[in-house]
Amino acid sequence: MAVVRYREALNQALREEMERDERVYLMGEDIGVFNGAYKVTAGLLEQFGEQRVRDTPISENTIVGLGVGSAMTGMRPIVELMTINFSLLALDQIVNHAAHIRYMFGGQVKVPMVIRMPQGAGHQLGPTHSHSFEALFLHVPGLLVAAPSTAADAKGLLKAAIRDDNPVIFIEHEYLYGQRGDVPDDGDHVVDFGEAAIRRAGDDVTLVGISRMAITAERAAQVLADEHDVSAEVIDPRTLRPLDLDTILASVRKTNRCVIVEEGWPHGGVGANLAALIQEQAFDHLDAPVGRVTGADVPMPYSKPLEQIAFPHEPQVVDAALATLRDV
Amino acid sequence: MPELPEPDVAREWLATMTLIRRFEERAGEMYARAKVGGFLHLSIGEEATIVGSARALRDSDYLISTYRSHGHALVRGTPPENVMAELFGRVDGCSGGRGGSMHMFDISRRFMGGYGIVGGNLPIAAGFALSSDLQGTEDVTLCMFGDGASNQGTFGETMNLAALWKLPVVFMVSNNQFGMGTALERHSAVTDLQRKGESFGVPGMRCDGMDVLDTHRVIGAALERAREERQPVLVEALTYRFRGHSMADPEEYRTKEQVAEWRKRDPIALFSERLVAERVLDEAGVAALDEAAVARVDEAVAFADASPFPAPESLYDDVYALGDQVRGWYSVDERTPNVHKGEDERSMDHGDVPGREQYDRHAAGAHESSDDGDDVAASRPADTAQGTGAAG
Repeated sequence: MAVVRYREALNQALREEMERDERVYLMGEDIGVFNGAYKVTAGLLEQFGEQRVRDTPISENTIVGLGVGSAMTGMRPIVELMTINFSLLALDQIVNHAAHIRYMFGGQVKVPMVIRMPQGAGHQLGPTHSHSFEALFLHVPGLLVAAPSTAADAKGLLKAAIRDDNPVIFIEHEYLYGQRGDVPDDGDHVVDFGEAAIRRAGDDVTLVGISRMAITAERAAQVLADEHDVSAEVIDPRTLRPLDLDTILASVRKTNRCVIVEEGWPHGGVGANLAALIQEQAFDHLDAPVGRVTGADVPMPYSKPLEQIAFPHEPQVVDAALATLRDV
Repeated sequence: MPELPEPDVAREWLATMTLIRRFEERAGEMYARAKVGGFLHLSIGEEATIVGSARALRDSDYLISTYRSHGHALVRGTPPENVMAELFGRVDGCSGGRGGSMHMFDISRRFMGGYGIVGGNLPIAAGFALSSDLQGTEDVTLCMFGDGASNQGTFGETMNLAALWKLPVVFMVSNNQFGMGTALERHSAVTDLQRKGESFGVPGMRCDGMDVLDTHRVIGAALERAREERQPVLVEALTYRFRGHSMADPEEYRTKEQVAEWRKRDPIALFSERLVAERVLDEAGVAALDEAAVARVDEAVAFADASPFPAPESLYDDVYALGDQVRGWYSVDERTPNVHKGEDERSMDHGDVPGREQYDRHAAGAHESSDDGDDVAASRPADTAQGTGAAG
């Protein structure tokens, strides 16, 4: 094991996969000479040259479209979008094209590409740079969606994403870039899609945390244990498509209670979707309604105190977990 | 006046243009008879832009077009049977019945697809060219789109990137004078479309899109420049569609006189007159080509009609590329009150297909001869009745 930052783990994954497969190349705004807005691509231009590490103009939809076209014709592009809000400019290429081309052309081609982007609030970037859109991409058949919360998963899932033959929306998190974690440094560290991680075992309530909220849920579980004598099990799905629903259901059948924690908006959110699946599949095992803790239903405000109450923290998760334990 | 190619080549060009014309006419009839659903955009009048340009390509070059794409599949050699079957929504369609009129595709002939989003195909075309560049091949991409697409953001973005990265791609804007029903001078401040790439570093050329020889000559020169000099080029082909934008088009935005004026320059009539004048064909030879095209289209219709619909069990096929698929729920089937299936795609349980009754009803109905019954009319866009009339 080596302790590395989340952004360095991503960098390792990119470097190793580019060394492993010469069809892999990178495109994005300021990923080369500038080394990346969040330094994820630092040093890669130097190692691989400007054919394979391509600084692009600010043209998100077209960059993704070039990736789609070259993925259809034998390459394995990785496109970096500087922040998830900018992916909205590229939704035509992501949804109408990347996700649909294989199906609408009767399976004659595949679109093996990765579209990386960071999301998340907390840096006072206001209403156009701070959102969380897992639900938006989860909605679309044809896309795979990964949202790693640890350095090890960032590396292992990105390597799996690059090797997958489908278009992958790879959602990183601005807050997590600087976080350190243990990353296996022996051999090929790949984390398969569709396998949730149980971050902490427990018996009383299941907390499902998406992206950074897996970290928040773990902290909340510690508070529940220390202050409320409640044993919470924490699950990080790691990928939302494919979804390891079996691991979540097994936990709910054990604890009989569940709270889903996400940074995105509540209506049509990941939690709304998960709650529907859980009540369908495990209704008889539930002792309380499935709870959700989400971001506030507002565009993200700039002012620090307002921003801080617009996305979930441990106290809200603790309250939601306790609510499932009260007699209804 | 450009010189004719070898007689066999010239005859093949005329035969292909005629095939496209006859195919489109029959497709329109099949639409009126509700054998074809959705939208149907015909290329009648624009055959020279298709054949003249595509015949300048090498087999390994990529061709990509728009929602008006039947002719582009045909010109690359996709059998008319499979194109018609796609229009009919059948399993033998060139996109397996998944795409329909706007989404023809034939990877084996490097026909890289029709695309339903105006301007959506431009970045993808540049992506093909980028692959050619990265893979060190000589292949060039020919990207076709209409005058309407020249106003999309992807137009400017793609021109800029293609020129910046010196990609081997030729952009061909088929200026048929209208973006749907909006005349060129009402949708584009610059109507000299060949100039619209200049500020992005993409030089422009123009061809007479009603003249297959001129189109071939100009596109050929543009392709050579892209291939040899890695210089993307924008070619404007002046053309006109004789039919409406789609079958659902009452054509209230243009005059009969204008249509008649352009019809005098029918690309098939012009080219066959030239071939007769230069004794490549006689009148009987022209008639024979036409009869052969009609017969081939008859076969295509019979084939399409006999082809089954894709099986209901295939609904989820090809949403994902399978390969070494990992576990987890990829798709969720909420069409049944039973506890639904959401396993990996490969093991989706197709045994008891939800909606089997509706499937059977629609499959049976479409095999009957239907004459715009009430159900059909109700499921069509509101102005279809007029459109059908205008196409007649």
